[in-house]
Amino acid sequence: MAELSGKYLVGVYDDDDTVLHAVPKLRKAGVKIKEVYSPFPIHGLDEALGHPRTRIGIAAFMFGVTGCCVALTLMIWTMGIDWPMIIGGKDPISVPNYIPITFELTVLFTAFGMVITFFISNGLGPGTHFHPRFDERSTDNKFVMAIDLGRNSMSADEISRALKDSGAEEVNIKQF
Amino acid sequence: MASAHSIPSIEERFEFTSGAKRNLLIGGGVGLALILLGAYLAATGGSGHEAAAHGAEHAAAAGHAATEHATEAAASEGHHATSWMTRIWANLWVNAVYFTGISVVGMFFISYNYLAQAGWSAVFKRVPEALPAFLPVTGVVMLITFFLGGHDLFHWTHEGLYEVGGPEYDHIIAGKKGFLNTPFFVFRLVFYFAVWYWLWRVIRKLSLQEDEIGGTEFYEKSIRFGTAFLVVFGVTSSTSAWDFVMSIDTHWFSTMFGWYTLASWHVAGLAVITLVVVMLRERGYLRAVNSSHLRDLGKFIFAFSIFWTYVWFAQFLLIYYANLPEETIYFIERFRGHGGFFKAPFFITLFLNFFFPFLVLMTRDAKFTHSILKVACWSVIIGHYMDFYTNIMPGTLGANAGFGPLEWGFFLLFICAFGYSIATQLEKANLIPRNHPMLEESLHHDIA
Repeated sequence: MAELSGKYLVGVYDDDDTVLHAVPKLRKAGVKIKEVYSPFPIHGLDEALGHPRTRIGIAAFMFGVTGCCVALTLMIWTMGIDWPMIIGGKDPISVPNYIPITFELTVLFTAFGMVITFFISNGLGPGTHFHPRFDERSTDNKFVMAIDLGRNSMSADEISRALKDSGAEEVNIKQF
Repeated sequence: MASAHSIPSIEERFEFTSGAKRNLLIGGGVGLALILLGAYLAATGGSGHEAAAHGAEHAAAAGHAATEHATEAAASEGHHATSWMTRIWANLWVNAVYFTGISVVGMFFISYNYLAQAGWSAVFKRVPEALPAFLPVTGVVMLITFFLGGHDLFHWTHEGLYEVGGPEYDHIIAGKKGFLNTPFFVFRLVFYFAVWYWLWRVIRKLSLQEDEIGGTEFYEKSIRFGTAFLVVFGVTSSTSAWDFVMSIDTHWFSTMFGWYTLASWHVAGLAVITLVVVMLRERGYLRAVNSSHLRDLGKFIFAFSIFWTYVWFAQFLLIYYANLPEETIYFIERFRGHGGFFKAPFFITLFLNFFFPFLVLMTRDAKFTHSILKVACWSVIIGHYMDFYTNIMPGTLGANAGFGPLEWGFFLLFICAFGYSIATQLEKANLIPRNHPMLEESLHHDIA
């Protein structure tokens, strides 16, 4: 993803608590943090980083409504209008019979729609080859904070010092 | 040793103010007045819907005589003169069954939380713990109703059905005699209430002792008694549903009925628990309950509304699709029978219990917004009253059923009495349990 290219300062922390407390301190000092990478979810980190809430729920609802409409249209059209069929002595259009399939398609559309939306909005999935790794230890035992220098008005030295002050073990520069 | 770790202690006493008492008493009084008004109207034959539509319904019933159950039609003719008394018994029965369910679900909630060793619910544990105190009231009401009005409510209590060769002999009902007979029924009724209430007393006592003494001993004992309750309730929730509701339509049966009633009771109980928590918070209590707790309660209601609908629909679809006359009669009676009177409650039930809470509680923020939670809770509470109404009334009153001051009055009276009982229980102990091993975890409950 193109928007990730640039020069980054990468702070490496040893402890989830340290990084959780470092985030508000750094933000208060005026540092704009790109993201924090952690081997496991840290409670309260999203709020501390000030990330906007995900809107995937809205997308999910839309996909669900789409699936629901597709299922009902499909069945009412095929079974009731285009080629009316009487099954089990029921009317050609008998909504109770359609409910299980409507439910299935609603769930199916929602699930697939959400996964695809997630992949697209995160630049993941087949055909994407650019997966920046700020520090591979973030999948093991370290907590890694990425700071986009292009989006910060402070100098690299200043930010580096602030990172060290907030408890970072090491500060590296990463260029993509 | 658990005592090595100090558990935070929050002192919070609930005060059942004289204002709240007065409001509940006024509510109950209004309910009683409505009952008297409704009874007067019903007895003098001037009560709204049924008087006007009566003739038409009877004509319709006669027309359908071939498909509808002949003896039931005959029975309703025979009881015509005393139908307003039957209506009172039926109303008492609907409300008693419904509030029994909500009360016992308080115990159910505590028990599965103990069994799962759940931490999050510890902070508001006193609320579900307060519900089962109402059980003796509904139990006594049900016993009295059964002894005085059982003959009108339960078709299977008619002796003639079991006389081989007699004019009223009913082969199918006679085959159920081993289960549906008065002594065994009364025994089961008493047994349910005795066991549910006794197990609740034990857990309640352990909980109050834990407040005073501390240590993990009470918690572990509670897990054992809670588990015992779940085993008992696993069976008795189904059998009580057969007894209290399904046996009214004596010919008909559904193997899903136990689940269905449990789902109904459960979600209504969750709505009451949530409603009480929200109301306490609005009055300045339970500030330790945070938005994560509320969201989890909201999710509980959301999920179990869907679960109820799932069970409801599974039962409906199978009967609809299989199209066996002895099964479809149940839904046809609610759809078209009795002048189509039950069609409205039938669909209102679906709307209030599924569509409304489903759409309203779907978003994240709705689940911790007090006003939305309250609306959703009331929707579920009223919706499941309608659910039991639709299940019980067609088989007991049929064409004589109505929805007027009598129904509103009984529901109001029961709600106020139940509220009074809950508030009395809440006042008896510290509102936030002391020394509960899971309390600290509960206080930090955070689902982000």
